Amino acid sequence: MSRAEIFWINGPVLKAHPEGNFQMKEAVFVGDDRLVAEVIRLDVDAITVQVFEDTTGLTPGMVIEGSGLPLAAELGPGMLGAMFDGIQRPLRAVASTYGDFIGTAVVVPSLDRQRQWRYQPVVAAGAEISGGCCIGEIQETADLMHRVLVPPDAAGTVEWRAPEGSYCIDKPLARIRSPRGLVEVSMLSRWPIRVPRPFRQRLALERPLLTGQRVIDTWYPIAKGGASAMPGGFGTGKTVLQQTLAKWCDADVIIYIGCGERGNEMASVLEEFPALEDPRTGRMLMERTVLIANTSNMPVAAREASIYTGITIGEYFRDQGYNVALFADSISRWAEALREISGRLEELPAEEGYPAYLPSRLAEFFERAGRTKTLAGQESSLTVVGTVSPPGGDFSEPVTAHSRRYVKSFLALDRDRAQARFYPAIHPLQSYSEYVSCTAQWWQHHGGVRWAERRDRMLTLLQEQARLEKMVKIVGRDALPPSQRLVLVCAEVMVEGLLRQSAFSETDRYCSPEKQAAMLELIDYFIQRAQALVEGGVDPDTLLTLPVVRRLQRMGEDISNDSLGDFAGLTRALNDALDAQVPNMQDESGEQKVVGE
Amino acid sequence: MIAPQHYLFHTGLTSIQGPLIFVRNTQGVGLYERVEVLAAQGGVRLGRVVFIADDKVIVEVFQGTEGLSLGEARVKFLSEPILLNVGPSMLGRVYNGVGVPIDGGPGIVAKQRPHIDGNAINPVRRDVPREFIETGVSAIDAMNSLVRGQKLPIFSGSGLGHERLASNIARFARLRGKHAEEFAVVFAAIGVTFDTAEHFRREMDEYGAMQRIALFLNLASDPSAERLLTPRVALTAAEYLAYEEGRHVLVILTDMTNYCEALREVSSSHGEVPSRKGYPGYMYSDLASIYERAGRISGRPGSITQMPILTMPNDDITHPIPDLSGYITEGQIVLDRDLARRGVFPPIKLLPCLSRLMNHGIGKNMTDVDHPAFAQQLYSSYAQAHRLRLLSSVVGEEGLSAADRQLLRFGERMDDVFIRQDDRRRTLEETFDLGWMLLAELPDETLVRLSDTQIDDHIKLHRHGR
Repeated sequence: MSRAEIFWINGPVLKAHPEGNFQMKEAVFVGDDRLVAEVIRLDVDAITVQVFEDTTGLTPGMVIEGSGLPLAAELGPGMLGAMFDGIQRPLRAVASTYGDFIGTAVVVPSLDRQRQWRYQPVVAAGAEISGGCCIGEIQETADLMHRVLVPPDAAGTVEWRAPEGSYCIDKPLARIRSPRGLVEVSMLSRWPIRVPRPFRQRLALERPLLTGQRVIDTWYPIAKGGASAMPGGFGTGKTVLQQTLAKWCDADVIIYIGCGERGNEMASVLEEFPALEDPRTGRMLMERTVLIANTSNMPVAAREASIYTGITIGEYFRDQGYNVALFADSISRWAEALREISGRLEELPAEEGYPAYLPSRLAEFFERAGRTKTLAGQESSLTVVGTVSPPGGDFSEPVTAHSRRYVKSFLALDRDRAQARFYPAIHPLQSYSEYVSCTAQWWQHHGGVRWAERRDRMLTLLQEQARLEKMVKIVGRDALPPSQRLVLVCAEVMVEGLLRQSAFSETDRYCSPEKQAAMLELIDYFIQRAQALVEGGVDPDTLLTLPVVRRLQRMGEDISNDSLGDFAGLTRALNDALDAQVPNMQDESGEQKVVGE
Repeated sequence: MIAPQHYLFHTGLTSIQGPLIFVRNTQGVGLYERVEVLAAQGGVRLGRVVFIADDKVIVEVFQGTEGLSLGEARVKFLSEPILLNVGPSMLGRVYNGVGVPIDGGPGIVAKQRPHIDGNAINPVRRDVPREFIETGVSAIDAMNSLVRGQKLPIFSGSGLGHERLASNIARFARLRGKHAEEFAVVFAAIGVTFDTAEHFRREMDEYGAMQRIALFLNLASDPSAERLLTPRVALTAAEYLAYEEGRHVLVILTDMTNYCEALREVSSSHGEVPSRKGYPGYMYSDLASIYERAGRISGRPGSITQMPILTMPNDDITHPIPDLSGYITEGQIVLDRDLARRGVFPPIKLLPCLSRLMNHGIGKNMTDVDHPAFAQQLYSSYAQAHRLRLLSSVVGEEGLSAADRQLLRFGERMDDVFIRQDDRRRTLEETFDLGWMLLAELPDETLVRLSDTQIDDHIKLHRHGR
């Protein structure tokens, strides 16, 4: 093995004189404690490495040992329900060996070597098999069939395969005679975290990732295989929203990466997820979730690696034919880790101290999202949703600005809304999604033929509201004609009734597509009737005092996904209350003609 | 980590720049190793190795480099990181900014010598904080509840009475119900004036609370680089009190702005590429290594609740210090100059305040089943009132509808009756009562965050039942 001797130490970055060959991005081990590190720069007489653990106490003269292999993730059964750190150390196993605090020199394999899995082969000896195809299956959870795949470059003839039975992950399950020799396949495989896994082809995006959040599904959808960024200042609810999506979205596998965020948040995910059921399958949410936690006080280089570890695991499940959703909280903390390492290397900074390669790294990351046909020919997808934490809530800063170049769904979180405890605090006018057109067709089938038209009408209403509110600031609300006050009334009812949705309410935290469509329809109906009434002379502000309008604004909370029949009752009550306004309409119809537009 | 070896003495200083000294011929020195610098005229100063290249090292000296000379200063490398002696009877004592007792009492008998930087708590071993702390302050208890193990900073401005609020909380805070034991308090003064620290000490003494307090003092006149150690030393002591002695510890760190300025000073002397406003790019991670030491560990009885105080330069909440803090801490309590000018104490500006862990600690079986909706409704109505206040300053109150004027009045009553409480402690029940009373002054149709039952149970009761 190649070796190197340390002569320069600056925080997590070391330089050493090499003997033998090192490669870029090679995994190396530092000192007697064998701290995990990675080569990030090569010169004739020096290698530079970043260390993924605390470097306190390292001295010049200590030895760095090469591994000859790039930093890789271990892939196989046993990841679902587990929590790993940024370089995939299993934190539960680490805690049982090393105690409550994470020290240094932690050596625990990522996946449990002792545990046996029930395995069922699906190919016979003698079969021809191509790379990326499945040789056998493990029922890992009730809903997820874990498929053991042939390495992508190992097509050939199955010379031998293991019979059905229980095996540890490193036991050979098949031998394949391939052009590059005899390849042994076990449940355990490795893949370099910085290299995207191959697939046969990319497919166009056409289905929404259903999140159960009205403002996302109905207004700013995320497509399966798409990429989304959620920027917002502190306290705007990024993490709660991200966790809400991880809980309720309709993916088969969830990868949740806490990248440089709070320890208590990860603890609450660990506590909540095992107690929550998937509204579609009834299974525990934890069974489909892989957690990566590199909290803000854990080593910064491992934070940089964490999103690659996460996305590699995501691609691994994608290649088995599943729809995977990856949540990274937060992309900014990853970028800051990049900046910190870059600073220690004394690289020339670009904007705000970030290295010049920040945009290309961001592009590489977001491009790993996509809807794909796997090597085995199955359709699958990997959706990437990242939060962004712009300093001072300023969206012009580099990480936000560059992220939005590579994502097509941009969910801007707004401080004013969050301060009024209006959640989710997604700003409906600053946000956008280019996935509307590709998901509209799905909604036509699931939310009614007039879905797109209704959605457009609501957006127009919001724009009108924003314009009129500027006028109100100058002339006051009473000075507006009734038709304009009607716009404000309708927008208020719509915003409160549809856009607001509590992540903590048991009835409303997940809103089924059917319920969303029913709510959208009812609000649209209210707007049309209100318009007719106001045109007939009813004062729009009196509508706000009707008790039924208060119920309309609370319907998300009051009507559950299972009792959609209640919408008929609410519609009747709305009709009765509005019908009662009709006499007022006739009384005042004379005045109305003068004021109307 | 660091192999035991004999102490090394060096005299090979090649340069002194601000808080940094450069030393030659230093075989076997480890990163972040503790260093003692001995000046010719006597006195020992604490330092730490921060950079190594071959046999040259850079040492950060925490207690100033004044009076050191290249020829005469001697440097002693101690082959261990900076450690703190912790042991029984640490409470009721006063320490300097590096953890040495300065109250004339005996030294601490070391039961353990932990590393002051601490280690990260393994996230799987954390318990989610969920025990509601009654702070006695309405704006916090009702609307931004604090729970044990949380880190909730006070974002203040100079002269807004943040220390007074903190000492009130330190005195008032208790759990509800039978286990209403008091907190042990670790108070770290970071670059504050002697008066501030002394005032806090006197106040605690007056209420007989001094025996449950440990004071760590880095005063404004002390060397600024030492401020980098003070919060870490205080938290190391707090961890001992919490996790070894099983106490519930409230850590007050004041003023984190001084800490960040010391960080900037040392960073710029290293010639590092600055990020915003000259603060180093790693300030987020650095602050996180302090704030993240709050929490609860499963299976251990104690807890660490942090209340860092920082003064926002120019009252600007987007300044890097409050901004980065807000991204790490679990919410913030923001103080406001307008309220302070109007004589409202505590001058808590509700809208930008937040407690992220609130929902873990309130509601059924914890405080009151209607607490979440109550807080939501107060916030929603107060935000509307705030918007109307801005509006009425342009169009005048006459431009508002009758309903809007009602909301406007509600906003004023919140400031004058609910938020204002001077130094009087309020129980949670008193706070609830006050809040429902104010909400009952609003028409039902504006109370969209309350269910019909909640309106019947609370609002109608307040309107008619009294």
